Amino acid sequence: MTVREVYLDNSATTRPYPEVTRAVAEAMDENYGNPSSLHRKGVEAGRAVTRARETVAASLGVTGNIIFTGGGTEAVNLAIKGLTPGRRGRHVITTVVEHPAVLNACEQLKEQGVEVSLLPVNQTGVVDPEQLRALLRDETYLVSTIYVNNEVGAVQPLAGIAAVIADFRRSGRRVFWHVDAVQSYGKLPLRPRELGVDLLSVSAHKVHGPKGVGALYAAPQTPLRPLVAGGGQEGGLRSGTENVPGIAGFGVAAAVIIREAGGTAEKMRVLKKRLVEGILAGAPGAVLNGPTCSDDDSYSAPHIANISFPGLPGEVLVHALEQHGVFVSTGSACSSRKKTGSHVLKAMGLGEPLITGAIRFSLAPVNTTEEIDYAVEKTLAVVRELRLLYG
Amino acid sequence: MYNTYLIRYGEIGLKGKNRPQFERRLMDNISRALGRVGRAKVSRVHGRLVVESEMDPALVLESLQKVFGIVGVSPALRLPLELEAVYAGALQALKDAVPGLRVPPGTPVTFKVEARRSNKSFSKTSPELNALVGGYLLDHYPGLQVDVHNPAILVRVEIREKNAFVYAGDVPGIGGLPVGSSGRALLLLSGGIDSPVAGWMAMKRGIEIEAVHFHSFPFTGEKSLEKVRELCRLLAGYTARIRLHVVHFTDIQKEIQMRCPEELRVTIMRRMMFRLSTKIAAQREALALVTGECVGQVASQTLESMRTISMVTDLPVLRPLVCMDKEEIIKRAQLIGTFATSILPYEDCCTLFLPRHPATRPAPAEAAGAEEHLAVEELLAGALEKTVTEDIKARG
Repeated sequence: MTVREVYLDNSATTRPYPEVTRAVAEAMDENYGNPSSLHRKGVEAGRAVTRARETVAASLGVTGNIIFTGGGTEAVNLAIKGLTPGRRGRHVITTVVEHPAVLNACEQLKEQGVEVSLLPVNQTGVVDPEQLRALLRDETYLVSTIYVNNEVGAVQPLAGIAAVIADFRRSGRRVFWHVDAVQSYGKLPLRPRELGVDLLSVSAHKVHGPKGVGALYAAPQTPLRPLVAGGGQEGGLRSGTENVPGIAGFGVAAAVIIREAGGTAEKMRVLKKRLVEGILAGAPGAVLNGPTCSDDDSYSAPHIANISFPGLPGEVLVHALEQHGVFVSTGSACSSRKKTGSHVLKAMGLGEPLITGAIRFSLAPVNTTEEIDYAVEKTLAVVRELRLLYG
Repeated sequence: MYNTYLIRYGEIGLKGKNRPQFERRLMDNISRALGRVGRAKVSRVHGRLVVESEMDPALVLESLQKVFGIVGVSPALRLPLELEAVYAGALQALKDAVPGLRVPPGTPVTFKVEARRSNKSFSKTSPELNALVGGYLLDHYPGLQVDVHNPAILVRVEIREKNAFVYAGDVPGIGGLPVGSSGRALLLLSGGIDSPVAGWMAMKRGIEIEAVHFHSFPFTGEKSLEKVRELCRLLAGYTARIRLHVVHFTDIQKEIQMRCPEELRVTIMRRMMFRLSTKIAAQREALALVTGECVGQVASQTLESMRTISMVTDLPVLRPLVCMDKEEIIKRAQLIGTFATSILPYEDCCTLFLPRHPATRPAPAEAAGAEEHLAVEELLAGALEKTVTEDIKARG
């Protein structure tokens, strides 16, 4: 008996495009040289890395300054811990809805005596740029904001934040701005140069590229020190023999982003709306967390929908759905020792039953209407059955 | 290099007529354990169990220390029948035995040489060997003192037909009886800290265990099942393989949820588990059930609960941990190697099913009453039908 598979956990990871897999396999098989070698095997491998670098840069509207890393988390770490604070820098501002990579990297900064302030969010998960303005001070040297939050899909007001930071810079103070674009890359337009973003982190496996490779865009003159020391690759900022197959695959995924440019976002938004409306209509008590679908769409990512089924444990819902071949995720895993609940939902002010019963559906461009309808049908069936047992 | 190991097995020595059978089983178990890491030969020589292997002694000893039935292992050097070789060997054996002693620093290390000669054509007699080897050691190891009554190290020299053997150290084994020598029992394995320890202790008394786990997908996920498999893998390190029966418990959980009074849910759940285990035990010719129950830890582990739950089976229920403190159990789990896996947070029973106020002293009549609306036999048959059996082998 084959159960069909509807994969709706694309915020966790995505399935690589066939062309990506081909590029990776080809690089492993034929283009296996070390880019640092002097002979032509090395030169050829180096060329593959350069091509990929140019493509990733183009996908961000820049011409260079791309550092390949071992993933989005490493890029974030390089941005936050590699940035040198300058003589007066002692203060960093970030938000309560950041990914653990940002939050934990900032925790490590605290160990060095850096003060970290956290911007709060409203109940749809969005920060207020004016609150950022109030927190900026002389000693602030880094502001790190996530663009799209991975749990509820809330899109932060980058333009508003850019304006506040520009104002602050105009007064002569030097502050760097890092944007965690891991969830937004490939879904929303990203133009770091135009916004005045100094550092931007992206990850390949969230855009149908391979796992284990990511990139950090660093604007010229951004003072970075490497976290990984060694043979000096990536301009000295990330040593280690380049992951040529991974980078080649990343390049192919980036090329698709350039090609599609916005078209897929629209398609996913329509499917997402269909999914959300279908579930809310058929499951009494279900609640959409974060920005609504019919909102000013600029606040809601096209591919993420976080829905709570109050009183039902998230993990059970995940397993029940997986039995039907529908794959989703939850921030709330069952553990009697330590009930983990999403820190993002908590920051948004959600109560216990909503946090425990929160399920995240995250779409990809390959999803079809038929798949969405199937997911809605099974979700309603599973919720119905569990409600029979638990009320 | 040590390539011979003399195996001491304590308790078995007491069983006069059963001795050969136990020895054979112990030899089998040793062969299997060593066979997983390399080549070794196990044999009975002159009434003793001897292991011969060119493997790294550390590997051999590590494996032997997981075989129940072994009280001690003496790594021995197999040497040519030459006095010089015996001297060198004795010195090495002595040096290697010193670290294992618990001598207060500054006090001299005491020793004695005991030679035995079954090869009468060797040039020296046993008493001569004692003196010669003893003298050599005194000359070549500083701070050594002879003590013929209570030496810290006993250096033994055996002169046989083809070789000389020298050994001085004794590495303690885990004791117990060879797995399989006491029959078979079914372990109710939950994935928590206690049940793997209970299983290990049953194995220690020679009981071959098969595990039964109650799985309620989707209320528990694949990860909790993986955790149980890993625990079986760890326990299999002490035997060879553990058969795991995964029972489909979901339908039973749902029925209990819908038809039984809330506060008795856990009691009824446990009764159903015991009934299922009893049926599987019959199929597998197991003679007892083993659980990790301990008096007083949770509601279902009061004496009243134990009585009301275990009355549904007529098999003996072995509870090796019943009077141990949690701390002792944890220490034991750490020694066995199951603790780290047990505390991984993948629950084996969804909190959805747990009553807010579980009954702590359920009476048999209450429990029977609560089961009135359950089609018990049908549910048991259904669960057993969907039971999947897996053979979990030890690593390496």
